[in-house]
Amino acid sequence: QKSSENIFSKLSKAVIGKSKVDEDVLDQLEEILITADVGVDTTIKVIRRIEERVAKDKYLSTGELDVILKEEIAALLEENNTEDLSNFDLPKDKKPYVIMVVGVNGVGKTTTIGKLAHQFKQAGKSVVLGAADTFRAAAVDQLILWGERVDVPVISHGMNTDPAAVAFDTVKKAVEMNADVVIIDTAGRLHTKVNLMNELTKIKRVMQKFIDDAPHEVLLVLDGSTGQNAFLQAKEFTRATDITALAITKLDGTAKGGVVIGISDQFKIPVKYIGVGEKMTDLQVFNRKEFVDSLFKKK
Amino acid sequence: MFDNLSLKLDRAFKTLKGTGKITEINVASTVKEIRRALIDADVNYKVAKEVTDTIREQALGRDVLIAVSPGQLLIKITQEELTKLMGGSKADINLKGDPAVVLISGLQGSGKTTFSGKFASMLKKQGKQVLLVACDIYRPAAIDQLKVLGEQIGVEVYAEPENKNAIEIANNAIAYAKKTGKKTVIVDTAGRLAVDDVMMKEIEALKKALNPSETLFVVDSMTGQDAVNTAKTFDERLNFDGVVLTKLDGDSRGGAAISIRHVVNKPIKFISTGEKMENIDVFHPDRMAQRILGMGDVISLVERA
Ligand SMILES: Nc1nc2c(ncn2[C@@H]2O[C@H](COP(=O)(O)OP(=O)(O)OP(=O)(O)O)[C@@H](O)[C@H]2O)c(=O)[nH]1
Ligand SMILES: Nc1nc2c(ncn2[C@@H]2O[C@H](COP(=O)(O)OP(=O)(O)OP(=O)(O)O)[C@@H](O)[C@H]2O)c(=O)[nH]1
Ligand SMILES: [Mg+2]
Ligand SMILES: [Mg+2]
Repeated sequence: QKSSENIFSKLSKAVIGKSKVDEDVLDQLEEILITADVGVDTTIKVIRRIEERVAKDKYLSTGELDVILKEEIAALLEENNTEDLSNFDLPKDKKPYVIMVVGVNGVGKTTTIGKLAHQFKQAGKSVVLGAADTFRAAAVDQLILWGERVDVPVISHGMNTDPAAVAFDTVKKAVEMNADVVIIDTAGRLHTKVNLMNELTKIKRVMQKFIDDAPHEVLLVLDGSTGQNAFLQAKEFTRATDITALAITKLDGTAKGGVVIGISDQFKIPVKYIGVGEKMTDLQVFNRKEFVDSLFKKK
Repeated sequence: MFDNLSLKLDRAFKTLKGTGKITEINVASTVKEIRRALIDADVNYKVAKEVTDTIREQALGRDVLIAVSPGQLLIKITQEELTKLMGGSKADINLKGDPAVVLISGLQGSGKTTFSGKFASMLKKQGKQVLLVACDIYRPAAIDQLKVLGEQIGVEVYAEPENKNAIEIANNAIAYAKKTGKKTVIVDTAGRLAVDDVMMKEIEALKKALNPSETLFVVDSMTGQDAVNTAKTFDERLNFDGVVLTKLDGDSRGGAAISIRHVVNKPIKFISTGEKMENIDVFHPDRMAQRILGMGDVISLVERA
């Protein structure tokens, strides 16, 4: 908190009594945003907006810059329908509500699924998980252990089986069990691997044989410490599976996850969840204001 | 936003055409483009500044031959500088000791367990007796994961599923290695954040107990600006010997390679280029420099995956 104020007082001091934000201030702002992984394009966009505001408002008092800055960055997220959820609610008219979780290797998909299952369960919903990562060593075991930890059933066909068949079976069993939510884990895959990306399309299609509008949500998990490559991930996963929401993980570290600002600006995909640790309770619904605040905080 | 540097520089260089020498004035906008390209490639902001300052100095006053455009010359200078930055000190791996111990460290999900398996497989192929040790006592099914890999490559895995003390497990593993004549021991550890003091203390203690001949820091090539902070803290606490850069089979530029080298000055010893056990390679600074600059030589990596 203290160091965040320092950055702002520094910025504000440099700007007092000026009708234009000078080079020095902008340089500092640039550094803050770039080192938060916001990316050059989005940083330039934010700086332009600030310049415009400052030119219009003429004089800025200490603290006002702080507010303007945060407003402008939050606006980038807001314009792109990143509505803040207040809790782990789900649409009532879809039962079961089917969520498919995708992303590159090691970002935190399986862990996020475990945490989500816990949250939905806490909210009184019945949850079924599908172990459709049949590829990575012990991936099925990992999900089963999460299932035990949060006490929800896991449907699995074991390792090296057809992931689409697992997904189909999970949805089918969930309907039989009258469950509220289905979450399908998938193997990590780099977005550059065409065959693996096509596999996701197939998993989707197979589920639709059973529930024609499934999956209702395709959640792309991004590692908060990822840099500009996250853009390419968002682009390619969107192309293959129509991503409907983002989850940003590992924000308990020093990485700021700023790349998500540019991503939601460009792809209009809302951020829904953030991961802040490895425990089952370490998942939060995304809060725009807190996220923007955290960009300026030194950890 | 990811059009490659040559394109960008060509654009910037338009203004340079017809000048015979690189001067302060004509180099400014080009250096800015290079800096931007480095930042786009996830080179740390401060590091990119320092690197481009050096490049500017190198470039100033250089004659532009008729054969090369100023743009080509600057790219060459940049590539040389980056290669130099990431190369340098020899990147041998030290396997002295009886047994020789290799300690694997890094953030969550960076590819430690997979790399442990790959490295074990590589050593086995060289005829070494290897033991893999499962010291990740936290992540669900971490031990199973290592066991599956060990089975795949035919390397024994030492684990104590009921033991919740990583240091004890490590010590027991060394005793076991001695007893069974394993000359190299690879210790897989749990992923941890640099800011997690309890976990950082654990790996410090592991290092102290094991006295490894090699401590490796495994880092995801997709890592952004934060790579410097993480590498710095891990290095302060572990004084690691080398870096492993993973997931290079994708299209990440891998600017973290420069940032880390610049900040902790430790060599990159291996790269990881896929999920399969044979996807391990030695590091080539020149190829990496080209990759960071978006110069195309990534294709060979992608194809091999
Ligand atoms: N600190 C921290 N660690 C996390 C978070 N989310 C996941 N992790 C850790 O990151 C590592 C990888 O998580 P997984 O859930 O296995 O990732 P995944 O995307 O399923 O990985 P693959 O299936 O191998 O592609 C594990 O060690 C998790 O405990 C988080 O929010 N914070
Ligand atoms: N494409 C690709 N995937 C990789 C590479 N190295 C590891 N992976 C994958 O990345 C994910 C995480 O790898 P792990 O070896 O489990 O990572 P870790 O560092 O041991 O993870 P924790 O123990 O949870 O901290 C898995 O899905 C691996 O298959 C690589 O070079 N390329
Ligand atoms: Mg997984
Ligand atoms: Mg591991």
